[in-house]
Amino acid sequence: MKVIVVGCGKIGSTIISSLVDEGHNVVAVDTDPQVIDNLTNIYDIMGVCGSGTDCDTLKDAGVENTDLIVAVTTLDELNMLCCFIARKMGAMHTIARIRKPEYNMNNIGFLRQQLDLSMSINPEHLAAEEIYNILRLPYATKIETFSQRNFEIVEIILREGSPMINSRLMDIRSKFNQNFLVCLVQRGENVYIPDGNFVLQSGDKIGLTASLGEMQKLMRSLGVETKQAKKVMLLGGSRIAYYLSHMLSYAGSSVKLIEKDEEKADSLSKTVSAKTVVINGDGAQQELLLEEGLSNTDAFVSLTGMDEENILISIFASVSKVPKVVAKINRRELIGMAEKLGLDSIISPRKIAADVIVRYARALENSKGSNVEALYKVMDDKAEVLEFKVSGDFSGINIPIKDLHIKKNIIIGGIIRNRKAIIPSGFDKIEAGDRVIVVAAGGRLNDLSDILQ
Amino acid sequence: MNRRMVLYRVGQIMCLEAVLILLPLLVSLIYKEFFCTAAFGISAAGAAVIGTVLIFVFKDKDNVMFAKEGFTIVSLAWVLLSVIGALPFVISGEIPNFADAFFETASGFTTTGASILQDVEAMSRSMLFWRSFTHWIGGMGILVLVMAIIPTDSGRSIHIMRAEMAGPVIGKLVPKIKDTAKILYYIYFALTILEVVFLLLGGMPVFDSVIHALGTAGTGGYGIKADSIGGYSPYLQWVIAIFMVIFAVNFNLYYILLLKKFGVVLKNLELWVFLGIVMVSTVIISIDIFPIYENAGDSVRNSFFQVTSIMSTTGYSTADFNLWPSLSRSILFVLMFLGGCAGSTAGGLKISRVIILVKSAWNDIKQQLHPRSVTSVKIDGKAIDNNTTRRVNIYFFVYMVLILVVFLLISFESFGLETNLTAAVSCVNNVGPGLGAVGPAGNYSGYSDFSTVVLALSMILGRLEIFPFLLALNPHNWVNKNK
Repeated sequence: MKVIVVGCGKIGSTIISSLVDEGHNVVAVDTDPQVIDNLTNIYDIMGVCGSGTDCDTLKDAGVENTDLIVAVTTLDELNMLCCFIARKMGAMHTIARIRKPEYNMNNIGFLRQQLDLSMSINPEHLAAEEIYNILRLPYATKIETFSQRNFEIVEIILREGSPMINSRLMDIRSKFNQNFLVCLVQRGENVYIPDGNFVLQSGDKIGLTASLGEMQKLMRSLGVETKQAKKVMLLGGSRIAYYLSHMLSYAGSSVKLIEKDEEKADSLSKTVSAKTVVINGDGAQQELLLEEGLSNTDAFVSLTGMDEENILISIFASVSKVPKVVAKINRRELIGMAEKLGLDSIISPRKIAADVIVRYARALENSKGSNVEALYKVMDDKAEVLEFKVSGDFSGINIPIKDLHIKKNIIIGGIIRNRKAIIPSGFDKIEAGDRVIVVAAGGRLNDLSDILQ
Repeated sequence: MNRRMVLYRVGQIMCLEAVLILLPLLVSLIYKEFFCTAAFGISAAGAAVIGTVLIFVFKDKDNVMFAKEGFTIVSLAWVLLSVIGALPFVISGEIPNFADAFFETASGFTTTGASILQDVEAMSRSMLFWRSFTHWIGGMGILVLVMAIIPTDSGRSIHIMRAEMAGPVIGKLVPKIKDTAKILYYIYFALTILEVVFLLLGGMPVFDSVIHALGTAGTGGYGIKADSIGGYSPYLQWVIAIFMVIFAVNFNLYYILLLKKFGVVLKNLELWVFLGIVMVSTVIISIDIFPIYENAGDSVRNSFFQVTSIMSTTGYSTADFNLWPSLSRSILFVLMFLGGCAGSTAGGLKISRVIILVKSAWNDIKQQLHPRSVTSVKIDGKAIDNNTTRRVNIYFFVYMVLILVVFLLISFESFGLETNLTAAVSCVNNVGPGLGAVGPAGNYSGYSDFSTVVLALSMILGRLEIFPFLLALNPHNWVNKNK
């Protein structure tokens, strides 16, 4: 599929990298020849130097027969105009990054409709949502939600002494007498889709699915803290912090937001909700954090613009026994290092945005069969979790799952029927109109029928 | 540097060469030249063995490639290609001296068309076919061919393409390099077939048509007759002359034509400058040589043919321009430097470089008059970034140095200034014939083995546009701290 990416900054280049991995024909557009030069040297793409709102540039990029154009420059207005022009010139689908709160809060629907946008993305809002989910279930390192939050996959790391380790999975399931499924295990560099004979070890990172009500109960029987984070400290008054503070205070948590820049702190204080306390100070100073009560907050979220700063301060917070620490890290190579240093909850707005685009592109590719409704890359991108809407022509409907010949390294993690999640056993059947959650390690799925042999 | 990967890729190319040698082998079977079949068979087997060994020994997961790997692969591949490609000539005994055979093959792959053969017509047909087939392979580039047919997952292959394709700026036609390489080869192949058809229509025998189409497509210039194209009918001469122009034009333009964007093609400055130079040179030479032919038709045809042949760096001839007046010979000598358009199969300096050089020189003069002015070089309404301009200037300098060095290295030969200088210029620019003893009626057989090898290497340097080769030879490149 042909995709044009306009604006090759941090987000743009991450999107390009993901799209190239997916095998799409990518054209990169940027005003800086140096950026284009670098990208064309690294990836197998075509580069066009120029502005995304310039018709000639878009023509050079081949906008007339492009399937998708993604405008992710730093300027919302430019992105919108670029998509508008591209749509008029013949692009099939358009996605614009729109991140100013004034566009997003009130009139995003109007804008999308009038500009004929297929989608608008706001990476900061997406990141805030993801952090919010983690804070809601602080025992998880990461949570992927599907089908309007009717279904979740929760990643947790097994510690020494957990009742789940050192016994076979099928024994655990009967021991707890609860309906849950371990669908992914990451051990060191490797990712496994476990079967009933798999034995978990301490240090494994596992992906769990359970129906919503069961999850809290399950966690309690596993002996992990299930309390929602009530007191949250945010560091860095970025847009993510702004959105996150709104979500948290709406859910009833108290938020402390620390911002270094006086002017920014001042303007934030006017826009955030009343429950949020804005503090003007440098979060890199440990005394300030301790003074503001770091040791008795439930969660600490580091959202400054510097990856390195976020890593270091988060480590300090972990050492200070804050129960939940979340760090925003954008650079891919730093994420791995931070994980080795013991930070488990890491948020990367770039990656989230790239995942959204990839999901959209993949759904476009097979608009006929069972659509990809959601896609998450998990466990260092080594596995994928996809949500499919089952269409009537899927060959495996109304057959018990145990009789389907499902490929190796693929598992059906859940079935959502009438907004109710089912953790499938071998006797459950997939019906037309269901939404199915598929977990796959290695390989790439485009269509639900790809899971069958 | 990732030496394993370089050798692995070179192994791939050796295997491909083994496959390509099968084609002349087939020709030798058709014409029942069985001693040639054996020569081709042994060479192909040799290439296949070397290639397979390299592939199996150096198969590695790590296929990260940077510019230096790309350049090294291309340089190494081209030298090895010529060495292996020379084997059939030596084994069959048609060119017993290895240095001569190496010269002949390098001249083929680099599409120079300079020959050491004193009697072309005595050669066996399959050897003649192999000679011309090397033109076709070398014209678009063998690594581009590799990219078109062998799957690679590395986006960094662009470095290989950049090293092998001629011109100051190498862009892709479509986002994927594999698709770009395929499109280029489709166009190349289609145009070659088209020429064969036109030649057949003019009554040229099948074998001759194929040989000349291959020679024209690669802008090489190996023929099968002692008088090159001179013995063929005027219609055939016109066809070949026009196809020489076609193959000297940037191939990207043909793709754009296929997309029906005629406006873009019409506005292409390089194309018009190229055609302009061809026209002006043709007119001047026609007038200059009119007294010799005493016939407007003949003098225009001979003039046009020689101009297009030299400018596209093909090197076919219909007349011995050694005997032409000094003005005509001087013009042809200057045209040797210019070459065709960037992104074509032609050699030489390339018209787009000439345009950039002229414009940047003009800008510099303006700058001296108005010290505060800020200037930029524009082509087709788009500013060329300063880095490119700088590189073109440096390329021009290095290119001149190369010509002078080659000229000095072979200057001990007893041919005199004119022959030696034009031989150096002709080889570096991949033209083929020069003036004097190496003129269209002569050949390079008089040169000693040392000069032959120097000239052969200078052709490869000229074909790869010097820098890849220099970078590959740089000792820093070979110091490897990791492995």
